[in-house]
Amino acid sequence: MGRMKFLCDAERCIECNGCVTACKNEHEVPWGVNRRRVVTMNDGVPGERSISVACMHCSDAPCMAVCPTNVFYKTEEGIVLHDKDGCIGCGYCFYACPFGAPQFPNGPAAFGARGKMDKCTFCAGGPEENGSQAEFDKYGRNRIAEGKLPLCAEMCSTKALLAGDSAEISDIFRDRVLRRGKGVEAWGWMTAYGKDKEEAK
Amino acid sequence: MKTRIPYVIAAALAGALLAGCGEQPQVASYKDGKYSGKPDTRPWEAGTFKGDKGAWEQALRTRIRSQNEYKRVE
Repeated sequence: MGRMKFLCDAERCIECNGCVTACKNEHEVPWGVNRRRVVTMNDGVPGERSISVACMHCSDAPCMAVCPTNVFYKTEEGIVLHDKDGCIGCGYCFYACPFGAPQFPNGPAAFGARGKMDKCTFCAGGPEENGSQAEFDKYGRNRIAEGKLPLCAEMCSTKALLAGDSAEISDIFRDRVLRRGKGVEAWGWMTAYGKDKEEAK
Repeated sequence: MKTRIPYVIAAALAGALLAGCGEQPQVASYKDGKYSGKPDTRPWEAGTFKGDKGAWEQALRTRIRSQNEYKRVE
């Protein structure tokens, strides 16, 4: 297995927030913490685009570089995780992250009062026994250890959000782009899902 | 007393001139941190797959490929 990544197809995302809801429910994420959210650009204007954003599990993660207590680690599959026991809630990871992925349960409080950082785990839990209650309480469900993909991607009704091995999901996306066969100005359902075989002839 | 003044000045001057020789470079060098938390078990090691990495990879690969609905409907 290569490197795990998320890929959001902006042509397909319909801003339903199903991924956000699935994530919150699966991991019982507390109120005020959003591991995933949907961002819309040019909202209401023809040609608007939405994209689902969470931790992108960066190959060279800035959060890992700035953490003063060195609680971040990367799994063999390229998933960026952290040990909450050593987190001091300094918020440096939040400042370093270009996606705003690190979240704090107590919101924008003073240094150390924010609480322990929480972020998307790619549904891979954390440094506790796989599938244990302790792991669930701190990091949420470990679906990867169950041989499943992150629920946000598996729940996505339009399959805009893809998750998994980067080479495999790139192939899926490449296949889509080839079927679309369009100019950049095109927008709509026929663009997102491609043309009928008959129509394409 | 008067005769000592030039010696004192000379010593102070020498000290001031040589002070630069002991200066150390003060450029901070970045060192990669080492993970300080608890070790984590790999996903296939415990629970559902009981150490069978091949079965875990196959299960995950099936799920990843099933995200391509073109392959599912054709």
